Amino acid sequence: MALLNIKNLTVKFATATGSFTAVDGIDVHVDRGEVLAIVGESGSGKSVSMLAVMGLLPDTATITADEMTYDGRDISNLSDAERRHLIGREITMIFQEPIASLNPSFTVGFQIEEVLRLNLGLSRRDARARALELFRAVGIPNPETKIDAYPHQMSGGQCQRVMIAMAIASNPRLLIADEPTTALDVTIQKQILDLLMKLQEDFGMALILITHDMGVVAETADRVVVQYQGKKMEEADVLSLFESPQHPYTRALLSALPEHATGDRLPTVSDFFSQEVAR
Amino acid sequence: MTASPIAPVVEGRGIVQDYAVPGSLFARAGKVRALNGIDFAVDKGKTLAIVGESGSGKSTLARIIALIDAPSGGELRIDDHTVDLSRKRLGPALRSKVQMVFQNPYGSLNPRQKIGNVLMEPLVINTDMPASERRDRAEAMIRKVGLQPEHFNRYPHMFSGGQRQRIAIARALMLNPSLLVLDEPVSALDLSVQAQVLNLLADLQDEFDLTYVFVSHDLSVVRYIADEVMVISKGEAVEQGSREALFADPQHPYTRALFAATPVTDVAAIRARVERRKAARAG
Repeated sequence: MALLNIKNLTVKFATATGSFTAVDGIDVHVDRGEVLAIVGESGSGKSVSMLAVMGLLPDTATITADEMTYDGRDISNLSDAERRHLIGREITMIFQEPIASLNPSFTVGFQIEEVLRLNLGLSRRDARARALELFRAVGIPNPETKIDAYPHQMSGGQCQRVMIAMAIASNPRLLIADEPTTALDVTIQKQILDLLMKLQEDFGMALILITHDMGVVAETADRVVVQYQGKKMEEADVLSLFESPQHPYTRALLSALPEHATGDRLPTVSDFFSQEVAR
Repeated sequence: MTASPIAPVVEGRGIVQDYAVPGSLFARAGKVRALNGIDFAVDKGKTLAIVGESGSGKSTLARIIALIDAPSGGELRIDDHTVDLSRKRLGPALRSKVQMVFQNPYGSLNPRQKIGNVLMEPLVINTDMPASERRDRAEAMIRKVGLQPEHFNRYPHMFSGGQRQRIAIARALMLNPSLLVLDEPVSALDLSVQAQVLNLLADLQDEFDLTYVFVSHDLSVVRYIADEVMVISKGEAVEQGSREALFADPQHPYTRALFAATPVTDVAAIRARVERRKAARAG
């Protein structure tokens, strides 16, 4: 049974020039312990659909869906208290800019202990002990000293590890990672992806990875959803997607990868669409 | 250093850059060595890619080659002449020869300046070309980079990221430079737009016989565009060589680490990973 199941999700934003549809009738589901990658370019609505699930969109957004369930429970009309109970405990999220996600005025230890005390009701002493344990689990060197560091004293990769530690603190069953490695160097990206995959396997949590990077998809996903301009173009398991992409947009995206270049020119997505039209 | 009888377009010998770190109540003033004796040479019409991670000094080197900063040591030669920025101001001739394109096209264009003026400004400053000719040149360049003539009177916010990067490239080309320094020019762009801009850069290089210094962290882009590659880490050039040699047989441990960390989209690799995962789950 699907852990998270969304049917026909549409998100519209009220703008000065009228209504804008960012997500247009998308179905997404993720099973227990599964890694789902949602891949798309800017403006494809890949982040917006997940923010809608988390209830993090501004008031200008109108969200409609035929079905929006988590673990068989309807989550489309939760009260704020119910939502707080679910989000941050059962479902957690990490974002692209780890340094911007942390409060610069407090030590990272204070911020993670706050999460542990509020969400899990731990005492200060227990929160401290658990925070150190989590720091070790996510591979932060010298956790005893780093726990009293401020975000600016840590590198981007370390800040992302802190964010991951916070996100897994409550043993969530679903972690949504929105471009978790886009701001990081490739060697650090590799470490963070390896860490996410290890935690995912150790705890059996489901992972939704939102990314624009086909390389990240290839290295992590079980199943892939390709989005373009708010619509789902294709959904397939990772091997079939790379081996025999069905939708022209997916084919275009894959052939635009520089490592797939044959000859002097890179095929572009618009080349592809014009060929399709000509056919 | 090079086999060709003609001197390289740009050449660096033992380039050193130190940044002064001001002292404070708690620390003495010191200096950080951002580049430590870098040698390189790029022949006409070729592309040198500089690869490294954040903090490696690749952008510092790009700024030195683009004649924005003076190095604290070493010699920079452009067209077989030594350029010493710290001693002598550059004339328009040298300024025209070397141009730069930055990573973020949103930040490198003045939001209140129309595109036409963006393109004509280098001509106003560096030449005494009449206004009508400046306009003709700008319009021709707009078409050359794949934009439309009606874009001439538009403002930067009316363009997408890829179009803005085309504008930045057009501006860099207005003075007919021989050397273009491109600092992560496609890193902020979507994959499909990235392909278009890389194609444009390849076309322009052929047409104008341009020499590129291409700074990037993305090995797959480098593999596509470079002739020569320099891998730089902590201010040292740890490995240098032709693209073919470097990608076929990386020598330095850092280069190998970089390669190992780069995600591969190869079907065989994905199949192996999927099977590993299946086995792990079954066991």
